[in-house]
Amino acid sequence: MSEAVVERVAAATPGPPRLEWQVATVVSVQQETPRARTLVLDVPQWPGHRAGQHVDVRLVAEDGYQAQRSYSIASAPAERTVALTVERLDDGEVSPYLCGVLQPADGVEVRGPIGGYFVWEVAQGGPLLLVAGGSGIVPLMAMLRHHARADVSARAAVPVRLLYSARTLDDVIYRAELEKLADPPQVEVVLTLTRDAPPAWSGYRRRVDRAMLEAVSWPSSAAPHVYVCGPTSLVESVATLLVDLGHEASRVRTERFGPTA
Amino acid sequence: MQTEELRLDGNAAGGVLRQVFAEDVTAALATCAGCGTSGLVGSLLEYGHGMGIVLRCPKCDSAVLRIARARGRLHVDLSGVRLLTIPERVSLA
Repeated sequence: MSEAVVERVAAATPGPPRLEWQVATVVSVQQETPRARTLVLDVPQWPGHRAGQHVDVRLVAEDGYQAQRSYSIASAPAERTVALTVERLDDGEVSPYLCGVLQPADGVEVRGPIGGYFVWEVAQGGPLLLVAGGSGIVPLMAMLRHHARADVSARAAVPVRLLYSARTLDDVIYRAELEKLADPPQVEVVLTLTRDAPPAWSGYRRRVDRAMLEAVSWPSSAAPHVYVCGPTSLVESVATLLVDLGHEASRVRTERFGPTA
Repeated sequence: MQTEELRLDGNAAGGVLRQVFAEDVTAALATCAGCGTSGLVGSLLEYGHGMGIVLRCPKCDSAVLRIARARGRLHVDLSGVRLLTIPERVSLA
């Protein structure tokens, strides 16, 4: 095939670029909780993302040793920068560096956005039920931020409920922003604290169970879109309970984060 | 640590799958050669480690897709997929 023909074919099929590693620059960092930190990144070749997608982050040591992990995107698709919220795992290879060492103006290798399965767009409609355990809130926050930026009528057409399980109130990531979303209620936010709760705490104080899901979720007849994200054990127990409660398995999308810290 | 705790979703393999396929296939439909069940690639069960990944069928536990990384090469075993149905991208242009 001549070069000219190759050129025409390439021009006629404007596909997505291959997924390439590129160096992003840290614009700012924000401590969210004692264990979680948000990195706001400027990614030079960023094609835009969908709420729920993730990026791969790669660290390369001087001797060539590489470690690679996936981190969910917390920012809304409309935002120009890409925010990742990373929870520090004490025995982790990558998270202690991202949570402790990396500073504004530093570079970090990323590739993304990745994933077409655990994604939600306002146009899909609702109701929308989000269930998070720990840092599993991160991709769900991108969905909440996407929802909050939709126009009033689109937003009104999609009622949203969030059930968020955290160890203590101090471990609740994005707490101030969630309180703002809940008052006046754009989103119904239900917290459950599994380890320790303030004396005046009137909310749930246990792990997510069947009774809690029955109380918080819509009935299966309302056919909500459900997204569950967190430690593998929580995600699998919640997904099984929701299917037992009559929700269609294909409407319950999961993102397992692996073992708990 | 229990193996079950290390289980992730096929979605987590999106990065390496994009190295292999021209499209994001996490939203593609894979039919398991073991039991004939069809499901989204993102909803398969992913078991990963340094050497690569195995995506298993949530119904029958067969290995649907295996990718191993060795000596600068990716080895892709698709023998567990009877059919892969990939949605054509809608052009935004």
